[in-house]
Amino acid sequence: MMSSRDAILGRIRRSLGTSEKDAPRLAAVRHRLAETPVNVVPARGQLPDAERVELFIRKAGEVFATVARLGSRDDIPAAVSEYLRDRNLPQAIRRGADARLANLPWEREAQLAVTVGPSAGQDLAGLSHADAGVAETGTVVLTSGADNPTTLNFLPDHHIVVVDTSTVTGDYETVWAGLRRRFGAGTMPRTVNLVTGPSRSADIEETLLLGAHGPRSLHILVVG
Amino acid sequence: MSGGLSSASFPKNAHAALANPPLLKAIAHIEETLVSGRRRAVDALPEFEALRDAGRDIKAHTLAHLDLYLEAFEKKVVEAGGFVHWAADAAEASRIVLDICQAAGARRVTKGKSMITEEVGLNAFLEANGITPVETDLGEYIIQLRGETPSHIIAPAVHVNKEQVAADFRRVHTKLDPLRNLEEPTSLLAEARGVLRERFLTADVGITGANFLVAETGSTVIVTNEGNGDLTQILPKTHIVLASIEKVVPTLEDVATIMRLLARSATGQEMSVYTTLSTGPRRAGDPDGPEAFHVVLLDNGRSAMLGTEFEDMLRCIRCGACINHCPVYRSVGGHAYGSVYPGPMGSVLTPSLQGLEKAAHLANASTLCGRCESVCPMRIPLPKMLRHWREKEFERHLTPKKARFGLAAWRFLAARPRLYGAVTRMAAWSLARLAGKDGALKQLPLASGWTRWRDLPAPEGGTFRTEWAKRGRK
Repeated sequence: MMSSRDAILGRIRRSLGTSEKDAPRLAAVRHRLAETPVNVVPARGQLPDAERVELFIRKAGEVFATVARLGSRDDIPAAVSEYLRDRNLPQAIRRGADARLANLPWEREAQLAVTVGPSAGQDLAGLSHADAGVAETGTVVLTSGADNPTTLNFLPDHHIVVVDTSTVTGDYETVWAGLRRRFGAGTMPRTVNLVTGPSRSADIEETLLLGAHGPRSLHILVVG
Repeated sequence: MSGGLSSASFPKNAHAALANPPLLKAIAHIEETLVSGRRRAVDALPEFEALRDAGRDIKAHTLAHLDLYLEAFEKKVVEAGGFVHWAADAAEASRIVLDICQAAGARRVTKGKSMITEEVGLNAFLEANGITPVETDLGEYIIQLRGETPSHIIAPAVHVNKEQVAADFRRVHTKLDPLRNLEEPTSLLAEARGVLRERFLTADVGITGANFLVAETGSTVIVTNEGNGDLTQILPKTHIVLASIEKVVPTLEDVATIMRLLARSATGQEMSVYTTLSTGPRRAGDPDGPEAFHVVLLDNGRSAMLGTEFEDMLRCIRCGACINHCPVYRSVGGHAYGSVYPGPMGSVLTPSLQGLEKAAHLANASTLCGRCESVCPMRIPLPKMLRHWREKEFERHLTPKKARFGLAAWRFLAARPRLYGAVTRMAAWSLARLAGKDGALKQLPLASGWTRWRDLPAPEGGTFRTEWAKRGRK
């Protein structure tokens, strides 16, 4: 019996009136996958560095993320501690082993308990380092890996994300180009999360409510 | 389907809907939320029309090379350590999912929102085989508790009000304090979050759909606002993606283009909260993520749509804009259609999936006003395709006798211009006489469907042709 795979592909080819050996079609597909042509990119994000970061911060605010600007990476522990204090949360944070977060002066915040590794659902606050920010929509881009657990992006009630201003792009296309440079063309980490604001739902009477299943709040630390 | 609705009874369902004030109140909200939200988002992006052209072109290119992009996608999934399964129809897709669940020893599965699983009737099949599916999207969870089907593809519980949700939660969440306050939507959301959190953490398998399959990377992409889809796919040991074959796009650039259209068209957001690309199972050293990754590719009638007048429908990205802007949907809601997919996109797609006999008459649940096409981000010519189905229905003698008789009579007259002129002049004269001074008819034989709800204005002068002729002389 013919497999469903062959049956489906065969039906597609019959409907299209073609065969799998049609050279121009093969060439067109190979070309598109290799060249990855850019389509229409909105002008909105195509700005000089400072204005692009400003747009990123404004757009993140529009989707109810909160943002703090820090002059240096070393200010991160104090900013985390301050965020937790302002919201009457326990001084505890869980983060990944990422060197960009590990090599920070955590000892300056003596009260702050820092744990490392994936979340099992018991953490009130999680800290991640974004690979990029996208000014177009105020989006942060997070990739999974040995040092960057995906569970931290979804299970804690409060998600704090560090974004370096040098990684704030105007558009998603620039992010894709960065992923290809880092992981190789056509290769991806297990999970890439594009996060735009905290979790929300409008499923009850079309009323917009924050904090559905993911974090109730998203706090972005913009460094640099 | 658990809702017990059938697309064969649209007129009956529609009458029931019109006599259901809470339902009408619920769907009336759509104007100030989804419709005006879309307008604002579109107005704020000067490139929106150019993006629509680009989106249409991406899909048209992909469909013309669909076999090759599916093969490329499959190759990349396998390279990343995942499995690809091909399902010719709904029964095979359900069977494949069940086999994976059973091999994983699964008792309970969580589900992200997926219209494809609705299309194949997956929940009922899993339940019949001893596996408990738990819907985790808030709207889907609510309708699962109610034993209903979604009435909208992006707002599945749009027909339910908060008092009904509160009653359902009290009925099902029996371990919680019976005196708790559930008056506000916030307390309902908090309760669902608490109950479902435990389900997420204990599920054996997570099942999601996909908004895109990326041929370049072998990634599956989901777009959600709640984060439920992500908790569904990262926590259990096995992640199954069930997606139909037309979801494939060539590259990440193509995802970016269509992403810019999707949320704006659907909810008026510039971007949904979570857009997640998943590629294979967790990698060596990864501290979390699923250990097994399966993609089930469903055909279910789609390959046969290629090369036909319905091919353009395969460009659909399920944003729901056509539904939100449809005057018929907005009058009767989604359940009246009795099909998994309601509104204009549903009326075009359903006959292709279920067969002409069962569903072609859905094409009549339209005024052909064209709003659907004017807002479709993929520029799908929905009214044209609805007319195609009407023609096919007529050709196959599926149209009701009364309507066929009327059309035959009209055709007889229309082919005889002089007789046509005489009869229409006579009709205009008689109607005007019947109406008398009011100029309106309260009752008219053969037209009770109209006059039961409103008066029929009587002709005030001659027929269109006599008036036209007069103007021509001037």
